Amino acid sequence: MALRQCAIYGKGGIGKSTTTQNLVAALAEAGKKVMIVGCDPKADSTRLMLHSKAQNTIMEMAAEAGTVEDLELEDVLRIGYGDTKCVESGGPEPGVGCAGRGVITAINFLEEEGAYDEDLDFVFYDVLGDVVCGGFAMPIRENKAQEIYIVVSGEMMAMYAANNISKGIVKYANSGGVRLAGLICNSRNTDREDDLIEALATKLGSQMIHFIPRDNAVQRAEIRRMTVIEYDPTAKQADEYRALAQKIIANDKLAIPTPITMDELEDLLMEFGILEEEDTSIVGKTAAEEAVA
Amino acid sequence: MSAMTREETEALIQEVLEVYPEEAKKTRAKHLAVNDQSVEQSKKCITSNKKSLPGVMTIRGCAYAGSRGVVWGPIKDMIHISHGPVGCGQYSRAGRRNYYIGTTGVNTFVTMNFTSDFQEKDIVFGGDKKLNKLIGEINELFPLNKGVTVQSECPIGLIGDDIEAVAKKTSMEIEKPVVPVRCEGFRGVSQSLGHHIANDSIRDWVLPARDEDNSFETTPYDVSIIGDYNIGGDAWSSRTLLEEMGLRVVAQWSGDGTLSEIELTPKVKLNLVHCYRSMNYISRHMEEKYGIPWAEYNFFGPTKIAESLRKIASYFDDKIKEGAEKVIEKYTAEYEAVIAKYRPRLEGKRVMLFVGGLRPRHTIGAYEDLGMEVVGTGYEFGHNDDYDRTIKEMGNSTLLYDDVTGYEFEEFVKKVKPDLIGSGIKEKYIFQKMGIPFRQMHSWDYSGPYHGYDGFAIFARDMDMTLNNPCWDAITPPWKKAAEEGQAEVAVGT
Repeated sequence: MALRQCAIYGKGGIGKSTTTQNLVAALAEAGKKVMIVGCDPKADSTRLMLHSKAQNTIMEMAAEAGTVEDLELEDVLRIGYGDTKCVESGGPEPGVGCAGRGVITAINFLEEEGAYDEDLDFVFYDVLGDVVCGGFAMPIRENKAQEIYIVVSGEMMAMYAANNISKGIVKYANSGGVRLAGLICNSRNTDREDDLIEALATKLGSQMIHFIPRDNAVQRAEIRRMTVIEYDPTAKQADEYRALAQKIIANDKLAIPTPITMDELEDLLMEFGILEEEDTSIVGKTAAEEAVA
Repeated sequence: MSAMTREETEALIQEVLEVYPEEAKKTRAKHLAVNDQSVEQSKKCITSNKKSLPGVMTIRGCAYAGSRGVVWGPIKDMIHISHGPVGCGQYSRAGRRNYYIGTTGVNTFVTMNFTSDFQEKDIVFGGDKKLNKLIGEINELFPLNKGVTVQSECPIGLIGDDIEAVAKKTSMEIEKPVVPVRCEGFRGVSQSLGHHIANDSIRDWVLPARDEDNSFETTPYDVSIIGDYNIGGDAWSSRTLLEEMGLRVVAQWSGDGTLSEIELTPKVKLNLVHCYRSMNYISRHMEEKYGIPWAEYNFFGPTKIAESLRKIASYFDDKIKEGAEKVIEKYTAEYEAVIAKYRPRLEGKRVMLFVGGLRPRHTIGAYEDLGMEVVGTGYEFGHNDDYDRTIKEMGNSTLLYDDVTGYEFEEFVKKVKPDLIGSGIKEKYIFQKMGIPFRQMHSWDYSGPYHGYDGFAIFARDMDMTLNNPCWDAITPPWKKAAEEGQAEVAVGT
């Protein structure tokens, strides 16, 4: 089986890292060889696989060694649950330097050092929520991730983000092979969430590949720095991730997304009662003015 | 070739524009003009200070060049850090001939390159800590420095380093001024914005230093030289004249200048501005904040020198006015001898210029003193106030070209056929290979000074030895000579 490179995007705090690691654990359990590349200066993309707080990152080690050329692959690559390879790009603390450049440097390093060996079935890039600059688009550029999964929930801002990420994919899809492979709904228990995400996915020209219900088993595993798959293989939630893993293995629905306009998105949200009909008569009115009127 | 008419010059511009694609043609057309002395405001005939076109060869530099290279660089007792990757500092090191007195590496540092040598990790994690350490090391290794400036290269602005905070902190640590300069190369359209940014950093971080300190003993005759970078010693041959007429030069900005001179400038009575383009900003500021008037002057060639000395003297009492007359009188025999010697050899020769801040207009008088005519001129990074000042200096129907492209310059030269071209190192060899005498007018071709009466003698000699060099006779090989004989135009020679 040829190496499949996938990137996970989504609004900050939506549960990308947790979903990615549980998904990867399920893939590993199914016998797949996987590598996770954390592309977020927070470096929390591999902790559940490694039972650690945060592994040493490529950029941190490079800074210590002098330059990234002084690093060896084994300095930065850790083996986690199910023989999963784990690396973190790392980057600066908030407010200084250039985290995007850190992602670019780290991925170039992995390529040059041959981290993408032929035995691998999957590489998963877990990317910082907002694609704020070119650096965070690195995983979807040519010859990197071909499949993009967007983690989303029924909340308005998560859906805005999913639509924006789709716009980013379109830009690179036209020049390369990157495709939107599906939305993963990480449930927040909002009303008719599955229908809503299904509808959004259709509008984006894609699919809701799986609906992951909310379950405290995830949190219980997480405080032990483990995935549900590893902590409690019999849990119902573990089966959800297994189902997601199987769907991704079988997934051949790769599409150039068709992002929608703000108006269309708002219409969709109104249809599902998330957004109320806008009352334009109150726009720009202060409380005092309203009191008079 | 006789002088061109207005129609001929216009036709030439149209012809040169012809090869451009439609949009480029439209844009470039605004930067090329036929001079008309009756035009009051240059904006009616020429556009300037706009982004160069992609795909053409421009002669411009960047904001970093304007600050590090031009304004700050010559201040000799400060250390100027090229903050960012190593290339910007190293490839521009000692690139301008800003002469200075001092022991390099001990108490003066102009020709040295100090850089933070950014690596990948400095980009990713930010360079503030490194800068902090670097400034400490500089102060330890070069304890006689009077202060430090941080000249930002492009990445500093991209990654958002807080160099102002580092400057404040390290300034306390080393107890000397540390000046952050946001002169990232991508800012603005040329080095011009770098001059402005550098001026502003002097205004904000240096000038107020002695506002409350009145210990400096002033005289009624205190002036400063603003915008003379002492190329080949220009500021020195200017200073002599000012001192001889009875003025006291408190500061030189910034050729052979020092930090304390800069700090003391707000105490002078008059600021004398030579390069208006690069330092009008700070002159206006000092006028506004300290009430110091400023006057532009021109020390190229005896006519302009005499005019300028009288203009400067008009700001002072009779003693200075008499002083100016005495200076002019003193040097008259000297410059008349220079003219007597060289004018017959240069009379009627036609010159095309393309230079930077002031020389496209300031040198015209010097050429005219030698009987030469400037038939085309333009600025790399001038603004319209520069062209306002140029229109009256240039003859009618001569060429004006702003931010000229390599192609345009070559085509103009082919058609106008000047006897001499004055521009920079990048242009020199192109035109010399075309068989046209050429002088570098940024570096004075490793000669100079050209300012003042002393400088005029050197200027005249240099133009003569370039123009009348016997080598131009050898441009055409003997086997082609026979064929060319009979043609009217022959190479210039003695």
